[in-house]
Amino acid sequence: MTSSLTQSDKRGVAGDRVFSALTVSAGVLILLTLAFVALFLTVNSRDAVYQEDQGGWILTAFFDYAYPLVIGTLIASFIALILAAPVAVGVALYISHYAPPRFSKGIGYVIDLLAAIPSVVYGAWGMSFLGPALIPVYGWLHENLGFIPLFAGDPSQTGRTIFTAGVVLGVMILPIITSVCREIFIQTPKLHEEAALALGATRWEMIKMSVFPFARAGIISGIMLGLGRALGETMAVALVLSPGMLTASLISSGNSTIPAEIALGFPEAPPGSERQAQLIAIGLVLFLITLLVNMTARWIVSRHKEFSGAN
Amino acid sequence: MTQTPTPTPASVQGPSGASGLTEPSSNGVPRRSSLTQNTLPSWLWIAMLGGSLVLGAALSALFGFNLATWFIFTAVIYILSSYFLTRTKVNGRRATDGLWTNLVYLAFLIALMPLISVIWSVASVGIQGLMAPGFLSSDMQGITGLVDEASQTEGTPVLGGIFHALIGSLLITLAATVISVPIGLLTSIYLVEYAKGGPLSRAITFFVDVMTGIPSIVAGLFAGAAMAWFLSVFSGVTGLLTTQRSTLGITAAIALSVLMVPVVVRTTEEMLRVVPNELREASYALGVRKWRTILKVVLPTAISGIASGVTLAIARVIGETAPILVTAGFVVNTNWNLFQGWMTALPVYIFRQFQNPTSPNFSDPSEQRAWAAALVLILIVMGLNLFARLIAKFFAPKQTGR
Repeated sequence: MTSSLTQSDKRGVAGDRVFSALTVSAGVLILLTLAFVALFLTVNSRDAVYQEDQGGWILTAFFDYAYPLVIGTLIASFIALILAAPVAVGVALYISHYAPPRFSKGIGYVIDLLAAIPSVVYGAWGMSFLGPALIPVYGWLHENLGFIPLFAGDPSQTGRTIFTAGVVLGVMILPIITSVCREIFIQTPKLHEEAALALGATRWEMIKMSVFPFARAGIISGIMLGLGRALGETMAVALVLSPGMLTASLISSGNSTIPAEIALGFPEAPPGSERQAQLIAIGLVLFLITLLVNMTARWIVSRHKEFSGAN
Repeated sequence: MTQTPTPTPASVQGPSGASGLTEPSSNGVPRRSSLTQNTLPSWLWIAMLGGSLVLGAALSALFGFNLATWFIFTAVIYILSSYFLTRTKVNGRRATDGLWTNLVYLAFLIALMPLISVIWSVASVGIQGLMAPGFLSSDMQGITGLVDEASQTEGTPVLGGIFHALIGSLLITLAATVISVPIGLLTSIYLVEYAKGGPLSRAITFFVDVMTGIPSIVAGLFAGAAMAWFLSVFSGVTGLLTTQRSTLGITAAIALSVLMVPVVVRTTEEMLRVVPNELREASYALGVRKWRTILKVVLPTAISGIASGVTLAIARVIGETAPILVTAGFVVNTNWNLFQGWMTALPVYIFRQFQNPTSPNFSDPSEQRAWAAALVLILIVMGLNLFARLIAKFFAPKQTGR
């Protein structure tokens, strides 16, 4: 026997179940998608490393094909990182601690505009404006620092080099690093800052003593996220760089990156061919590299989560 | 009152003591207070900047004057001279402080330069192409190398437009939005409302973060491979669509969804978390079921933030080139059907016009069209960004006045 108080109203129970099942399945679908990304890339790249008519496994052939591209990708990304990271941290500091408070929000929007410009437009800009503008710089570097292998070789006459590509990538990752750093710098406890200032610290000493220790994990993860973006950036490099063999020289044409190689080669590759499998295989390599970088970034953040407020 | 520059108790306590940097006294000799004694006059940095500009211009003129070297020399002269001046006149700590202040301002100026340069270069070249007849309303059908050649040699107007690319971008982005918004929204509802911190929710949070970093070209490769597999299985089972190729508008939409879902999840999750718990509890107290509470109370409260997050996600994917290039291809005519034939999107159009000019000998018309298309694309993306901010601002839930 049940009283009306303990007897529950069954209306709407079905709705509750259906809705929660829907939400769970959406989440599971995301996980499945990511698994399928890995699976499809692996299956489709099989032809690149295994060919019956060439005597089974052809790993060395694939390795010879892939390693210049991996190194080219890393070079371009590291140039971008070296150029962008200090500027981005400076801009974030400017917005959070130096700019007049009335304007700091507007300045943040202006920097976000950099992120709004599509990558193909950056590529066009790098190809038509930045590259030609850098030609005299390359000439100067070659004349005065030509004994360093980085600046050896004939300087490019079009400016379409791996260094130009790195600069364009640096511009593209600047807003990402800036916005991550800015968020963290703003969260620095006001009490820490005021305590430092009250002890007579100058503004820079205050930043060094209270803001940077608080934000260290955030800065690193912002830089790693920028690196992940630079590694996977396609169009800017595909347009800017005139691809070629792997060389140590940054100022002559040559080198290529994985995304640019795929974008330039894939539309021409016949479906199901070994060439297409090869391109998918280096896509998989790129996927693994960026996965590693992003997971490291997340891990650094989560390790510092408890005491830094960064997330 | 003493007239000497050495500080005395009187000069500190006096009515003019702490108020200014230098106070002209009766005979015109500046008198300094002990509080401000250790600083440089406030006009000095302007004078030094002016001096550095002149010196920088002079040095730059030695190597053949241009703006870039002028900027570099000025910055170096100004930063070094103010550092050493402060160091000798005041003290080392203040000098370091000033040095870093200058460097931070310099970083900001450096960051502004590419933005101005990109917008200027696109606008200055693109306006001309945008004004060409029928640029927005015609496609590239019938535009051959000969037509472009005639525009250069005989002075006919540059023909051809971006109508097909606009339609392609619109349809592909719309389809991607239709796919990814429900998935992203439901996932974030699961994370905020249902998950209790178990392994599934932690895995989803982690992998959504990881997904944010998937290179766009890899998303394109995945969508192409997945669609090819699906079509082969489908035609193997049903015997239909045996000749269907996987290069379709919908394949590109799937690729863009892979990029869009994590953005939607992240922004929506943040918005749902700031919905006050009192609202949910009030709804439960009235006996409303959880799913109706979410649909009727939580979502309407957060709708402005969600809408602005979705708009930002659209703005992000509409500029993507690589995944569409490898999944939807490029054609010259307008294709309205997502499920049949190749499609051109605006970014791919820009890329192709630069990379493979319509007339190999006369690339100017192609570049003019590409810059104009880039201008249109930037205007679309910035318009979407502005729209998102406006939504967030004007439809934000009221904080007070309940």
